[in-house]
Amino acid sequence: MKVVELKQESQKLTASLSGELDHHHAKEIRETVDFAVREQLPPKLVLDFTKVTFMDSSGIGLIIGRFHLMEEYGGVLEIHNPSPQIRKVLRLSGADRLAVIRNHIGGKAEKYENTQ
Amino acid sequence: MKTLNEMKCTFPARSENESFARTMVCAFAAQLDPTVEELADLRTAVSEAVTNSIVHAYRGISGGSIAVTVRLLPDSVIYVRIADKGCGIADIEKAMEPLYSSAPAEERAGLGFTVMESFTDKLQVSSKVGIGTTVIMRKKMRHGREYDCH
Repeated sequence: MKVVELKQESQKLTASLSGELDHHHAKEIRETVDFAVREQLPPKLVLDFTKVTFMDSSGIGLIIGRFHLMEEYGGVLEIHNPSPQIRKVLRLSGADRLAVIRNHIGGKAEKYENTQ
Repeated sequence: MKTLNEMKCTFPARSENESFARTMVCAFAAQLDPTVEELADLRTAVSEAVTNSIVHAYRGISGGSIAVTVRLLPDSVIYVRIADKGCGIADIEKAMEPLYSSAPAEERAGLGFTVMESFTDKLQVSSKVGIGTTVIMRKKMRHGREYDCH
């Protein structure tokens, strides 16, 4: 199973992550996402956590690193659909203040979890 | 304190085993019928400890192993001991400071011990340079059932 799938649209790059985001998997995600970001320079990078079942502080390192990467050239970072476990780790680290967190409700409406 | 049940496991310090280690501890802890959140907390804390051993303790050392002991103690307490024979930590206090990492270039957030501390009830870290590091965590499964030792 691929741990990251990329989708490019005009104004954003979406990285859909899957499975367990730990130290073992973080490297592959980081390399794949960074390569695409440097190539496309999207105004917005979305890390979609819908299919992520677990994340530890390795995921925080990944998020902080991508935040700085986007910040380098004025892009923004969004985090979509983190599970309650992931949100708890985000809150503890303060990484929830680096990105807009959005939750899709039933695939229709969107709710802002926070605002920058 | 009386041990009601116990499990021990030793495995090579390879990153492929991070998932196995946290899943194994949670599978054992499931005997207490904890809530989804309690189990997720334990899973995350164990992942941090095991990752620390792999990333830091055995940096540049191959063939190292990690020994995990899990005990069920009275009052629905889970005891987890994670020990390595790696490089050891010279300054434990500094290592436990939130956001401190000895490997920031690898995007380590420096939050491993913070997560362990926050997601369990008690964290003890002992270490000797050149000998290794042992992390002991205790977590009470408050909503779990009393373990039936008969």
